[in-house]
Amino acid sequence: MQALTNRAKPVDRRPMTFTEKLYLPAIAKGMVITFKHIFQKKETISYPEQKRKFSPVFRGLHVLNRDAEGRENCTACGLCAVSCPAEAITMEGAERKPGEEHLYREEKYAARYEINMLRCIFCGFCEEACPKDAIYLTETFAPSNYNRESFIYGKEDLLIPMPGEKKKA
Amino acid sequence: MTIDWVFILEKVLLISGVLVVSLVVAMYSTWGERKVAAIIQDRRGPNRAGFMGLFQPLADGGKLFFKEEIIPTNSNRFLFILGPSLAMMIACMTSAVIPWGDTLTIAGHSFSLQIADINIGILYIFGVVSLGVYGIMLGGWASNNKYSLLASVRAASQIISYELAMGLSLIALLMMTGTLSIKEIVEQQRHTYWNVVAQPLGFLIFLVCSFAECNRSPFDLPEAESELNGGYHLEYSSMKLGFYLFAEYINMFISSALMASLYFGGYAFPYMDKMGLDQNIVTILGTVVFFIKIICFLFFFMWVRWTIPRFRYDQLMRLGWNIMIPLALVNMLITGAVILWQQSH
Repeated sequence: MQALTNRAKPVDRRPMTFTEKLYLPAIAKGMVITFKHIFQKKETISYPEQKRKFSPVFRGLHVLNRDAEGRENCTACGLCAVSCPAEAITMEGAERKPGEEHLYREEKYAARYEINMLRCIFCGFCEEACPKDAIYLTETFAPSNYNRESFIYGKEDLLIPMPGEKKKA
Repeated sequence: MTIDWVFILEKVLLISGVLVVSLVVAMYSTWGERKVAAIIQDRRGPNRAGFMGLFQPLADGGKLFFKEEIIPTNSNRFLFILGPSLAMMIACMTSAVIPWGDTLTIAGHSFSLQIADINIGILYIFGVVSLGVYGIMLGGWASNNKYSLLASVRAASQIISYELAMGLSLIALLMMTGTLSIKEIVEQQRHTYWNVVAQPLGFLIFLVCSFAECNRSPFDLPEAESELNGGYHLEYSSMKLGFYLFAEYINMFISSALMASLYFGGYAFPYMDKMGLDQNIVTILGTVVFFIKIICFLFFFMWVRWTIPRFRYDQLMRLGWNIMIPLALVNMLITGAVILWQQSH
């Protein structure tokens, strides 16, 4: 058979020489290699203090966006929930009442919007499906928690704060 | 007959001291193991519990104590508990004949920093160490689990095979020194050179065999996780598992101490008698030097563990019987010839 590349090397099947049979030189060589690693730079990132940089396309926790006037973009169309392969998104729509125009951009809004972060696979399909630019994936990831209920993120967790208003911790 | 209370007090204090020291060293060996593993693999190792993770062993120990204790239904309850107890007890017993230092003179009394200077010290150590296999055997047998049993069979045959080569390598040393008392061996090295100079091959065999005796990598087949689900302590949990792991570290500590005293001069260090210092200070310095030697050996144990992969079982047996024992015999022959040659000149 013709070789695809000329980089293939035949396996060395010669019997071991005496020094190779002694094993000890090889062991010493290995020990020197591991000893050298003692002085090398540590690869560890001490997580809570240091954080690694993610690329701009990193798909982390979701946020629900607002428009420039601080009104919620989401119209509870359900396209994100439909596109979600993990079925992590649940929502309930509601109609905007008169006098709520400063809260919701369009006539319909999500009264309840939940993402189960344990189901979510962070594929970003919801972000792609959204016609209203309402849902985005950020560069943070879901923090650990003690119970499963805490991983179901409601609207208050997902919605970005009103401009000029601090989000409750 | 009067009871020598000072003597009893001295020995009780010394025994408690040695026990505490070997437990603490074993505790911090677990920390050291993780640190050495980490730095060799370009990681940081435990660094959260206290400064440099120094409280990590306490956290680990606390965790082990609070774990649920499971005794399998079909196990032999008595033997199941006896196994780790025996392993731990035997590991602690060996420290009795190791000379931790020379004598201290306090208010006219001289105190030897060795619990018992018996004239068959090495024989005693061999006796106790070969008992050590019972802890593993009983544990593996009583678990009523085929993996545990396989592991303990492996451990038993491994320890017995390597004990032979270890003993033979020591015989060459004994022919040279002419004594079985470890204290005397150390004292002889104090005035001349270290035994490793005269017995490099013997030391190498002893070193390899002590790795095998301690079930340390690359001879850690009794706890080969990939093929035995964890080995002889597979069914153990809580502090009984802790005892097994702890006994391994104590064994490592004791065999480091043994190698340091048999081949590397024990508490003797160069120029110790020529510095013109007080006897007590020299003794304390000697003990410190001894512990530095032990720590170097412990580091070596860990360094090897994180470098060399595990042997296959047939390779292990071939190394033990076909290489180590003949080498030890050759070493004995050469030593005997040299001694005869020296005597005739």
